[in-house]
Amino acid sequence: MQDELDREQNQLFRVLQIILNDYRLYLLLLPIVIWYGLWFYKPLAGLLIAFKNFQPNLGALGSDFVGFANFETLINGAFAPQFWRAFRNTFVISLYGFIFGFPIPIILALFFSEIVNNFLRNVSQTLSYLPHFLSEVTITGLVLTMLRNSETSTGILSSLLINIGLIEETTKVVQNADYFRPMFIITGIWKEAGYSSIVFFAAIMAISPVLYEAIKVDGGNKLQEIRYVTFPGMAPTLIIMIVLRIGRMLSVGFERVILLYNANTYETADTLATFVLRIGLEGGNPAVGAAAGMFDSIIGFGLVVGANFISRQISDTSLW
Amino acid sequence: MQIGLSRSERAFKIFALTLVGGFSLLAFFPVVYAFSASISGKIAYETGQVLITPVDTTFEVYELIYLDKGLWISFINTLFYTVFGTAWSLFMTITGAYALGKRRLLFRRTFNFLVVFTMWFSAGMVPLFLNYTSLGVDNRWGIIVAFGVQAFNIILMRSFFEAIPHEIEEAARIDGANEFQMLLSIYMPMSKAAVATIALFYATSRWNGYFWARMLLQNSTELPLQVYMRILIENFRWMFDDMPPDLAYSPDSYIFAVLIVSIIPVLIVYPYISRHFAKGVNLGGVKE
Repeated sequence: MQDELDREQNQLFRVLQIILNDYRLYLLLLPIVIWYGLWFYKPLAGLLIAFKNFQPNLGALGSDFVGFANFETLINGAFAPQFWRAFRNTFVISLYGFIFGFPIPIILALFFSEIVNNFLRNVSQTLSYLPHFLSEVTITGLVLTMLRNSETSTGILSSLLINIGLIEETTKVVQNADYFRPMFIITGIWKEAGYSSIVFFAAIMAISPVLYEAIKVDGGNKLQEIRYVTFPGMAPTLIIMIVLRIGRMLSVGFERVILLYNANTYETADTLATFVLRIGLEGGNPAVGAAAGMFDSIIGFGLVVGANFISRQISDTSLW
Repeated sequence: MQIGLSRSERAFKIFALTLVGGFSLLAFFPVVYAFSASISGKIAYETGQVLITPVDTTFEVYELIYLDKGLWISFINTLFYTVFGTAWSLFMTITGAYALGKRRLLFRRTFNFLVVFTMWFSAGMVPLFLNYTSLGVDNRWGIIVAFGVQAFNIILMRSFFEAIPHEIEEAARIDGANEFQMLLSIYMPMSKAAVATIALFYATSRWNGYFWARMLLQNSTELPLQVYMRILIENFRWMFDDMPPDLAYSPDSYIFAVLIVSIIPVLIVYPYISRHFAKGVNLGGVKE
C-alpha cells in the first residue's frame, strides 16, 4: 500500500521534472489549453442544465434536478410540434443542399480544368470565389433587397421571377414558406460553389497527364476520359468531402437561416439551431434549449463518427 | 498543347468555358448590380431600368452615408476587431500548433485529440451563451479574446511546422536556441506562407463576424459593421414599407450603398487573398 503510494508520487515527481526542465514548451502550450478550457470545455459542464429546472438566479448547480423532463417536453410535450418540425426541416434542407449543392462544385472543377487559357481560367475562378469572402449579412442583404416585392418597388430578382412566370405579381418570395428552401439553397450555391470547387480542382490537377494520354491512345472519348480517369483520380477527395458533408448534416448554415427567415416562413425554415435560439435564448426556456442543443450535438457527433467509419470500410480514407 | 484536338473535344471545351464563364459572371453580378443600383435615380430604379450599368447617376446616397456617424463608428470597430482579433487568434494558433507538433510533449495525443474534438462537438448555443455572459464577454475585449481560434487552423499550422526538417531544429539547438527563439526565428520565418494564409482566414472571419457580436455586445458604440448593417436593413425595410420617403433615390439604393461600403474593403484585399487562399485550402488536404 505504502509502496504503491510512493511509486505514484515518484511518477508524478518525474512528470513534474520533465515539465520543469522543458518549461518553455509547456508555456507555449498553456494559452491554447486555457482558451479551450474556458470557451469550449467549461460550457460542456453547462450541459447539466438540460437535466435541470434551470433558474438563472440559482445557477446551473443550484437548480433542481429533473432528470429527462426537458427532453420529454421536446419529444412529446409542449414543444414537440415545433421541435419535430425543426428536426425535419434540418434534414430536408440538408438533403436538398446535398442533392443540388454537392455536384455543382465538382462540375465547376471539371470544367475549370478544361479551360486551357490560363488568364481566362484565373479570371473566372477568382470571380466565382468572391462571394465566399463576403459576409452572410452582406449576401443575405443583397438577396433580400433583390427579392423585395412591395407596392412601391420590385427588386430585380422578383421582376425576373414574375416575368418568366415562376411567381405571381403579388407574391412576396421572402414572406412565403414555399420559397424559403429554394431561396436558401440557391443563395448557398451562389456563395460557396465556386470556393468549394477549389479542392476538387486541385484533385483533378494532381492526376497524372500520362493517364489521359493513355486513354486517348486507346481511342477513348471525352466522356470515357471523365469516367475512367478523372473520377477514379478524384475518388479519395470525393469520399472525404462526402464524409465531411454527412458529418455536417445537422449544421445547415445557421447564420444564413436567421438572416433569411421570418415568422411567416418558420414552417419550412426553422432548423434545430434556430429553434434553440428562439426557445432557449429569446424565449426564456434555457433548459429546454440546452436539451435541444444537446440532442443536436450528439446526433451530429454520431453522424461524423458513423460517416468516418463507413469511409474507412469502403476505402482507406479517414478523417483521423 | 496537342495539335490534334478532335472536334468533339473542342466542342466540349467551348461548352465548358461558356458554362463556367456564365457561372462566374453570375456570381459577380450582384456586386456590380448593387453598385449600379446604389447610384441610380429613384424613378429609374423603381421602374426597373437598372440592369447592369447605372441610370440617372446620382451620388446623393453616398453623401448621406458619409454623414451616417453610426456607420463609420461601426466600420472603425470592425477594423479594430479584425486587427486585434486576428493578432490574438494567430498568437493562440501558432503557439499551440508549435507545442502540439513536438513529439516529446507529454500527453501529446490526448492534447491533439482534445483540439480536434472541438471540430465535431459543441456544448450548444445555450451553455455557450451562459458561459460567455458569466465570464463577462459583453464588450470589445471579450469579443476579441473569447472567439476566433479554430481547430482546423491549428492542425493546418501544426502539419506545416512538422514538415520543417528536423536537422534545422537540431542545428539551432546546438547553437543554444531555446523554445521561444526557435519558434520566432526558425519556425515562423520558414512558414511565412502558411502564417499569411491562416491570418487571412482569421481576418475574413473576424471581418464577417455577426451572430455572437449581436448576442453579446451591450454597448451600441461597440457594434461591428455587420451588426450595424443588419439592424439598418431590418429597420429601414420597416420604415420603407410603412412610409415611403420622398427622395431623389430609392430607399433600396441606400441599402445597396451600405452593402457596397462593406464589400469595398474585401475587394481591396481580394487580389492578395485570392493568391494565398487556394494554397491554404489545398493544404487542408495534407494528411499525416
